[in-house]
Amino acid sequence: MEKRVVFNERWLPYLLVAPQMIITLVFFFWPSAQAMWQSVLVEDAFGGNSKFVWFENFVSLLSDPNYYDSARLTLIFSALVASIGLAVSLLLAVMADRIIRGASIYKTILIWPYAVAPAVAGVLWGFLFNPSVGIVVWLLHGIGIDFNYVMNGNQALLLVVFASVWAQVSYNFLFFLAGLQSIPKSLIEAAAIDGAGPTRRFWDIVFPLLAPTGFFLLVINTLYSLVGTFGVIASLTQGGPGQATNILVYKVYNDGFRGQDLGSSSAQSVILMLLMILLTFVQFRFVERRIHY
Amino acid sequence: MVENRPWLTFFSHLTVIVGVIIIAFPIWMTFVASTHDQATMLQSPVPLWPGTHLLENYRDVLVRGYEGRPGTVPLYVTLTNSLVMALGVAIGKILISIISAFAIVYFRFPLRMTFFWMIFVTLMLPVEVRIVPTYGVVANLGMLDSYPGLVIPLIASATATFLFRQFFLSVPDELTEAARVDGASPMRFFWDILLPMSRTSIAALFVIQFIYGWNQYLWPLLITTKESFYTIVMNVSRQANVVDATPSWNLLMAMAMLAMLPPVLVVMSMQRLFVRGLVETEK
Repeated sequence: MEKRVVFNERWLPYLLVAPQMIITLVFFFWPSAQAMWQSVLVEDAFGGNSKFVWFENFVSLLSDPNYYDSARLTLIFSALVASIGLAVSLLLAVMADRIIRGASIYKTILIWPYAVAPAVAGVLWGFLFNPSVGIVVWLLHGIGIDFNYVMNGNQALLLVVFASVWAQVSYNFLFFLAGLQSIPKSLIEAAAIDGAGPTRRFWDIVFPLLAPTGFFLLVINTLYSLVGTFGVIASLTQGGPGQATNILVYKVYNDGFRGQDLGSSSAQSVILMLLMILLTFVQFRFVERRIHY
Repeated sequence: MVENRPWLTFFSHLTVIVGVIIIAFPIWMTFVASTHDQATMLQSPVPLWPGTHLLENYRDVLVRGYEGRPGTVPLYVTLTNSLVMALGVAIGKILISIISAFAIVYFRFPLRMTFFWMIFVTLMLPVEVRIVPTYGVVANLGMLDSYPGLVIPLIASATATFLFRQFFLSVPDELTEAARVDGASPMRFFWDILLPMSRTSIAALFVIQFIYGWNQYLWPLLITTKESFYTIVMNVSRQANVVDATPSWNLLMAMAMLAMLPPVLVVMSMQRLFVRGLVETEK
């Protein structure tokens, strides 16, 4: 879409885009180019010298079983965060949409977690599940379950998933609710008059009409689980115990800042960037299509 | 609704109430923990109802920091830093995005589409995926441990630019024509017509970006080494990670409450704008 009426100025437009372009170039393109450049170098452990090694970093990364473990873990983690997050928020949105009395109070509380930083969400859930004083751990112990996320890798993963879903639920909820409210009431009423019950109406009318929102949220939640959950993991488990919650984005940080393996970390950055670009591309292709939906 | 199904209505309320309880429970427990003394919070099971040490705990963390240990800062310092960062990020993003969107929509000039695509690409690569090199750039520029270092690298934003572009495209061309006929300069048009019309978009965007800035974790963690530049979110997470024989859960949770309070208040008090900003920026 373009404007028909525009202004004729020679220098003014450049002046107007300059601040954003300068910041983008300095803090965005320059570091991204450096990540790519670093990813084909091997740095001397004692500093200073680096050597051009073509794709050696990528080759060693892709032949490293640890990297595959982390990739597999990321896949499981993302699938859990996205599917649980979407299912729970869809259920809440559909139910909240039915409610007339008290709806705004429910809504107000349900959007709280959006305001809570993932890193803080990690701290809150760490407290609830703290092995010695966590109230949920105490309750679980009462019914015979020993929960210790500091020692048990699977339980740590489960906890990180819960905390991540909790922090993202409000966002999904709001979008589903907006989607539900944009469905014409006449459609639902017509189906009701034809004798379709609530379940039938949901699956045959509401669900297909919500599909575009759902797909958009699927992409956003996948991106969130890949990158946005960094704070949750840093606050809760720091990738541990062992490698149980060391997802790709945390590994980039761990290897780069703690392990000081710049070449490998940069190669991981580049792979993660490609993944993000792919997902964003998918999202925008879809948004283009949705306009004609 | 077209029909009356009391059981379904009951079930809807029940589901939403259960959801609300699960969502609110972590926050409630945090609040409860921040109102007891240290000894109470070290015995399991911890209380479910608030105690009497609220003022004392909050005063303690605000003035002395977490137990006043070396390496901790009074929370009024970190709160101030977070406020500066959140306001800086929100205002900075709005300023640079609104003028670049204005240029891209209302002018034709060489490289216009190049600029547009360069902004678009930034959408895909958040700080988390290019951690090390971005740190390197900021270090080279001598911006570690400074407010500009906390704010400026985060203010290039494609979402804000797109939002304004979208809005400007919906402004009727007749207004621009009228302004031109009356001999108004582009900047005059921007100030007197476009800016007043964008007020709601600006406010909605402000709410979203304020929360984004306040909730930053990784960036402040990387570029601050001096306690006096710590932000509250990273500070809370940092203290929670310190392995400790007898942690002061009461103080830690008071800190967590203070970290959540400002963004929660912003969301609560500007709920309508917030929802609008959220749904619009992401589309």
